[in-house]
Amino acid sequence: MTVKTAFKNGVLIAYLGGEIDHHTARLMRETIDGEAEMQKPRILTLDFSKVRFMDSSGIGLIMGRCRMMSLLGGKVRLENIPPNIEKIIALSGVRSITG
Amino acid sequence: MELLNEMTLTFASKSMNENFARAAVSAFVLPLDPTIGELADIKTAVSEAVTNAIIHGYEYGEGSVTVNVKIYDNGKVSIKVKDKGKGIADVQQAMEPLFSTVGGERAGLGFAVMQSFTDSLKVTSKVNCGTTVTMEKYIIRRSRAQIADKNS
Repeated sequence: MTVKTAFKNGVLIAYLGGEIDHHTARLMRETIDGEAEMQKPRILTLDFSKVRFMDSSGIGLIMGRCRMMSLLGGKVRLENIPPNIEKIIALSGVRSITG
Repeated sequence: MELLNEMTLTFASKSMNENFARAAVSAFVLPLDPTIGELADIKTAVSEAVTNAIIHGYEYGEGSVTVNVKIYDNGKVSIKVKDKGKGIADVQQAMEPLFSTVGGERAGLGFAVMQSFTDSLKVTSKVNCGTTVTMEKYIIRRSRAQIADKNS
């Protein structure tokens, strides 16, 4: 599990990597929220290109970040969703609350 | 339908074992020659069931989770995930999408994912005795000769 963040022009990008489950989602959440609190981004981009596995804990992670960003008056974007996690993203309907 | 192989794993109800459980099950079903998609479905379903046992069955307390897997020559995989935790009073309600008792960052999608990523799902539970989740998934057979080789 890895999270790298980059901030530029009001956009915070979190590059997620490895496996997202209930165990690793907590650490990802802490890293992302800590960074968002400092930078106060307008847009939080979650980049999934290096995610090899994700269960519904990842959906919880996305939903929670949407709540957090709406408090900051911003939005969440999902990028580079690999085919293997597309199925759970589609099932959850989480795209209806993200850009 | 003939049983090809069976295994049972028992591990502590610690969240680090979510990864271990799905990796072990995924390695065990490999002789059935699943596609990457079928394997991802099984890993995800196992991850959901084991996570439920840890955070709902034992509410992060100490306990053990048992995973039993059977594979059959017709491609059937049968997976049982069992805990001896607090049980579920209303299984039907618990299985409704978006129902979550713990709040916070749980999406409440565990059973919905297990249901749509496998071919059958059965949940039996008794309050203060525990919960057993039984899932079946059929791996589509591509090369029978290959299986026979791996089975010998």
